[in-house]
Amino acid sequence: MTTLDSSKEIQKNNSEVNETHEDFRMFGLITFLIADGMTFAGFFAAYLTYKAVNPLPDGAIYELELPIPTLNTILLLVSSATFHKAGKALLKDKNSDAQKWLFFTAFLGIIFLICQLFEYFHLPFGLTDNLFASTFYALTGFHGLHVTLGTLMILIIAWQSRINGGRLTSQNTFPLEAVELYWHFVDGIWVILFIILYLL
Amino acid sequence: MTISIDPQKTNNESLQPKGWLRYFSFSLDHKVIGIQYLVCGFLFYLIGGTLASAIRIELASPMSDFMPRDVYNQVLTLHGTIMIFLWIVPVVNGAFGNYLIPFYVGARDMAFPRLNAVAFWLIPPSGLMLVASYFVEGAAQAGWTAYPPLSITTPQSGQIIWILSVLLLGGSSIFGGINFIATIIKLRRPGLKLMQLPMYCWAMLGTSLLVVLSTPVLAGTLILLSFDIIANTGFFNPVLGGNVVVYQHLFWFYSHPAVYIMVLPAFGLVSEILPVHARKPLFGYTTMVFSIMGIVVLGLVVWAHHMFTSGTPPWMRLFFTIATAFIAVPTGIKFFNWVATLWGGKISINSAMLFSCGFIINFVFGGITGVALAQVPFDIHVHDTYFVVAHFHYIVYGGTVFIIFSSIYHWFPKVTGKMLNEKLGILHFIITFIGFNLCFAPQHWLGLNGMPRRVAEYDPQFQFVNQISSLGALLMAISTIPFLINVFLSVRNGKDAGDNPWNALTPEWLTSSPPPVENWEGEAPLVEEPYGYGKEISEQK
Repeated sequence: MTTLDSSKEIQKNNSEVNETHEDFRMFGLITFLIADGMTFAGFFAAYLTYKAVNPLPDGAIYELELPIPTLNTILLLVSSATFHKAGKALLKDKNSDAQKWLFFTAFLGIIFLICQLFEYFHLPFGLTDNLFASTFYALTGFHGLHVTLGTLMILIIAWQSRINGGRLTSQNTFPLEAVELYWHFVDGIWVILFIILYLL
Repeated sequence: MTISIDPQKTNNESLQPKGWLRYFSFSLDHKVIGIQYLVCGFLFYLIGGTLASAIRIELASPMSDFMPRDVYNQVLTLHGTIMIFLWIVPVVNGAFGNYLIPFYVGARDMAFPRLNAVAFWLIPPSGLMLVASYFVEGAAQAGWTAYPPLSITTPQSGQIIWILSVLLLGGSSIFGGINFIATIIKLRRPGLKLMQLPMYCWAMLGTSLLVVLSTPVLAGTLILLSFDIIANTGFFNPVLGGNVVVYQHLFWFYSHPAVYIMVLPAFGLVSEILPVHARKPLFGYTTMVFSIMGIVVLGLVVWAHHMFTSGTPPWMRLFFTIATAFIAVPTGIKFFNWVATLWGGKISINSAMLFSCGFIINFVFGGITGVALAQVPFDIHVHDTYFVVAHFHYIVYGGTVFIIFSSIYHWFPKVTGKMLNEKLGILHFIITFIGFNLCFAPQHWLGLNGMPRRVAEYDPQFQFVNQISSLGALLMAISTIPFLINVFLSVRNGKDAGDNPWNALTPEWLTSSPPPVENWEGEAPLVEEPYGYGKEISEQK
């Protein structure tokens, strides 16, 4: 920088201010979600391999109850729709509507987590009982961690979409879009998890 | 939607410390981050090298007299982990990638500067954690692969710290990979086409795809492994109904691509260096690009060739043998392209060129033993012997580390504005090349004769050859001395380099040395022919 004389310095600063580039934060997020998806893919592959080659000892086969996970699937699918409503409301500058929809989405996420915990407490097996139990808790737990983080992020953007002084406006929708994409991703993973773990 | 260049960043930049201090700060400048990666990696290389010397001293005699057997296992674990996760991966990706990629795409910085700084600053603490894991009770001693049941039947605090450290380093690697993909795809200067990019960009794009696709699987695996150790689950513990082979599959799903994560960037770097010092265009640009992408795709489906002795079923052996043999095709294409680039060129024999040629020689040798190892009947005999150790070091030291040194000689003038001393550089090359081959070539013979790896003691009949190998290791240790002297002397009072000492055409040479904070004083130049060397010569005549 010392080699520049002052006139060049000004020129350079001007060029900086005018320079723009495409917003590729969403691109980065998608790349990250692909990476995150690969972690789940590894877990799923491990689970399916165990199922194929590691028979459980006699009397260790547990039937999973379906009602709670089915309810959870519906909860997450509905929450994806309510999140989408929030995005539409924000684009129409209806911040209070957006905020309501976001809080409702977060509420559904919390209900999901409560149902998950309820299921954990009523299962007839614990983490270290056998291989199936361990993989079950690892998969649902890792997914539950994602739901927890997602719910926290939804609460944050709900706070940011408040009418006076919130960062989230129809001009700045990126935080909402990013969390929405993440939330849909977590839902999608749940559907795969539900099919592999409960239905297969 | 477009966004303007982050104004906060420019403000931050003026608050950043200047001079040496900025290398110890949370700098967002990609050039500073690149140097941080390089110097940090080199310090860990010195630690890993010291451990390697300790291993070779121990192996100079058949009995375990230099250190106890369990300490030997801990030392080799730490050596492998440090060299892979703290030296080669961060330096060949992080250091050169951060320094060069923004120049090559005509940008002022990486796509996500803050993420970039976070990715770097994850490395020193996790590196220190890794080194610290040696000093707690029960250091990790299951090798860099951490195979269960060994890693869980000795459930000790060292192994847990090891896992945490590798998880953090994997996270750093993924953040870096996301950044490189976004920078290369999205941040290219307007008018610059993908097929006009210097080859290192393609290599980094391929490498980053592998990082993003395979590193998370390692992270998941290590989380399961830590559950086995901490919570007494049985994922990989046969006693509790688990399956150790599942660990091996998941581990090698990352760790075979990791070999390409370590060597593809080196392919890219050598493709930058050879044309400059041979004054010829890079031979076969398009085939190079397709070879890199071919290696990326094939690299993801060959992992089980590390597991031919793990009870793999015949169909799996057949599939992975064929897939692995196929990788020789794109790799061979690249090899012939480099030789054809040199062919008939106006070659300058300098340190950068010598190290690159050393790379080509070592790498083709490591490649041939690699094809041999892919064949099941042969692999079963030499599995877990010194043949594998020799093959691996021919790829990773003889290949990648030679290119790291070559790149340092090539880009040092750009980074510092000073030339390195050529005489010391050539001395460095000669000692390294002789030492390296003296150390690892005899290990092929040891492996073929059945000396197992990762064992502190061996049959006395192998003593003489092991001593030759240890002598080579001594030479390799000595070879860092002229290099360090060279760097210190040249930084202080080296010859001024000027902006473009090699008359190179790639974009980083079109700015001043060292480059200004945002890379270019005006607009970024559009380099349509980064390898147009023949034309330049004919115009000069």
